[in-house]
Amino acid sequence: MLIQNLNPLASSLFSLLAIASLLLSFVMLGSRWLKNYLYAFAAESWIIAILSAAIGYYGDYPELYLIAMLTLLFRGLLLPYLIWRIIRRLNVAHEIHVILQPSMSLVVGAFFVMFALSVSFRVATEFHLQLTVAVLALTVMLSMKLIGFLMLAVRHEAISQILGLLVLENGIFLGSQILVPGMPLLIELVILFDLLIIVACFGVLVGYLLTHVGTTSTLQLKRLVG
Amino acid sequence: MIGRLLLALSVAPLAALLGCIIVRRPRVSEALNLIASAISFGCALPLPFLVDGKQMLFWNDYVIIDRAAAWVMLCTSIVYFLASIYAIGYMRLLDEDDRLFKFYALFAGFGLTTLVGPLMNNVGIYWIAIELTTLVSTFLVAFERVAESMEAAWKYIMIVSAGISLALLGTVLFYWSGSFVLGPTYQMTWATLARAAPKMDPVLIILAFLLVLVGYGTKVGLAPMHSWLPDAHSESPAPVSAMLSGALLNTAMIGIVRFLSITRAADLGQLPQLVLVAFGALSLLIGALFIVRQQGVKRLMAYSSIEHMGVVALGFGFGGALGVAGALYHMLNHSLNKSLMFFGAGNMMRAYGTKEIPEITGVGRFFPAQGAVWLAGAIAITGAPPFGLFLSEFTIMRAGLKPSFSWAVYVMAVLLIVIFIGFMNHFRVMYYEPGPAEVSPTRRVSAWCAVPMWLSLAPLLVLGLWWPAGVWTYLTSVAESLSSGAQ
Repeated sequence: MLIQNLNPLASSLFSLLAIASLLLSFVMLGSRWLKNYLYAFAAESWIIAILSAAIGYYGDYPELYLIAMLTLLFRGLLLPYLIWRIIRRLNVAHEIHVILQPSMSLVVGAFFVMFALSVSFRVATEFHLQLTVAVLALTVMLSMKLIGFLMLAVRHEAISQILGLLVLENGIFLGSQILVPGMPLLIELVILFDLLIIVACFGVLVGYLLTHVGTTSTLQLKRLVG
Repeated sequence: MIGRLLLALSVAPLAALLGCIIVRRPRVSEALNLIASAISFGCALPLPFLVDGKQMLFWNDYVIIDRAAAWVMLCTSIVYFLASIYAIGYMRLLDEDDRLFKFYALFAGFGLTTLVGPLMNNVGIYWIAIELTTLVSTFLVAFERVAESMEAAWKYIMIVSAGISLALLGTVLFYWSGSFVLGPTYQMTWATLARAAPKMDPVLIILAFLLVLVGYGTKVGLAPMHSWLPDAHSESPAPVSAMLSGALLNTAMIGIVRFLSITRAADLGQLPQLVLVAFGALSLLIGALFIVRQQGVKRLMAYSSIEHMGVVALGFGFGGALGVAGALYHMLNHSLNKSLMFFGAGNMMRAYGTKEIPEITGVGRFFPAQGAVWLAGAIAITGAPPFGLFLSEFTIMRAGLKPSFSWAVYVMAVLLIVIFIGFMNHFRVMYYEPGPAEVSPTRRVSAWCAVPMWLSLAPLLVLGLWWPAGVWTYLTSVAESLSSGAQ
């Protein structure tokens, strides 16, 4: 298993990259501008691509180079481009009605990270891995998950919600690269491809929302109750 | 033989999908989809007879067929076939002939993804299949292009994608815990996980199982993750509602059941079952509360779906031969019955031009034959004899009568009575309330829309009066293979 016998340099490199991507999701939490979300997401995807390549190098998994390339291509370039096209069609640049102030959501995000840390520590202790990068990987995975859900809950521009969903997926992808680098190639490829279809579907749906509802703020979606 | 049937069963909708896109004619698309669904139904019908106690693998072990999968596919193909007949009559009422080929292409795609979902042997690929069903059906929900259906489609894709990403996290954690036993790279099939389960770490399995349960539970519509379901089921065209409710929910449920059997192999005690029972009971409660005060006729049916998925979850949660057999039997009955209810609701909605229950009056007077079928369906869906759902719900209750779960049986009994009263009250309003005199249906209902209702009522009555011994042994053998962990 890779994480049990990792040289210190690789271990600190992985930690650095994981923490950097966690920080970027805090950038998303702390901003109100849709463009910032997009840049942060793109940067996060680049970091994950670098991480995949690093794990491929240190763990001797040559297929991860392919994954890294595709991550860069799909998550780092194609998805941001698709979302940028959607943003361009809207005339909204930032969240207008804020449910939770950015500063407040940063605090909530910090609590989420603490919670994720305690869960991960508990799980990692079961395997006597509490001193390895596994704890960090699990923490980042769970806290990006929680932060993604927070974004889904408190942001209501359609774009922010799509990006929130992508943060959820990024968290899983990042964690799975460190924890289970040997995951069969096929599954990773299909999941990457699946994301592309999801975003394409969202693009179409945002267009429908604009023409048939007249707004992309999900606050206005309140006809169906009860 | 089985391999060929599976191939035909999945190629037929695929061919219909491509055919609809190429030909682009509304009438041809209708026919293509109907033929495809008939072929799928014809191929799925013999499957439970052909599949014996052991699982069979095809196509490099990526495709699995066992008795549980064959059963769920039978349910799905029945609904797909009935809904395809019904769609011909219903979709013509919408006056959208130029977009109709898109509808049928998507509908065939939806049928395809829902049918092949239970066949996926690789846990990761199963996740993809479930995700694909969401993506395809979102556009079916949004088909009517009004603000309400857009809202429903948005909520549907958002909530279900977010929920199902939890299932992906759970799947990754399952893989991780398996990698301590099986080494860093292995094929994550249901059987390998079940074999490795006794040696896997219990804490991690429980965490992973809970994530998977919440994730796929979102797709099944278990409360409190059900919030997308009433919107999507009520705002989509009626044949799509029938598919969403009668077919899709089962396809997602089978995933939960397979993960449950992995945890059973790991011998974690009662916790996984208890969680499933709790979700089931909560779904029943939410269903009951919203059914009693419901105003929309299709939302009424949607909440009834939540209720019935709760009942199925209770059945699998109680476990044992009675519980699992009852739950599987309930799946079939619910598929038949909920199709009937959505077909009837769609007809009435079109006939009266409204979805509101108080504005639909005198159904029995204006539609004597069809009204009678729909009313019989309503009696059946509340679990009253002599229909199939009475037998399956009764079996599930019997399964729960053991000390650890008896509380759930009492809760279930009380809530089912509440639901019966609430449901029947709404039907009383629609059938016997005098209402404003000027209200009368503006449209007649074509035979395409009426025949599938009869087709689903007949087996429901038969299954209620006579539970064939062969079906009983079949379902108990599924229960055995699930509880031993070796699927």
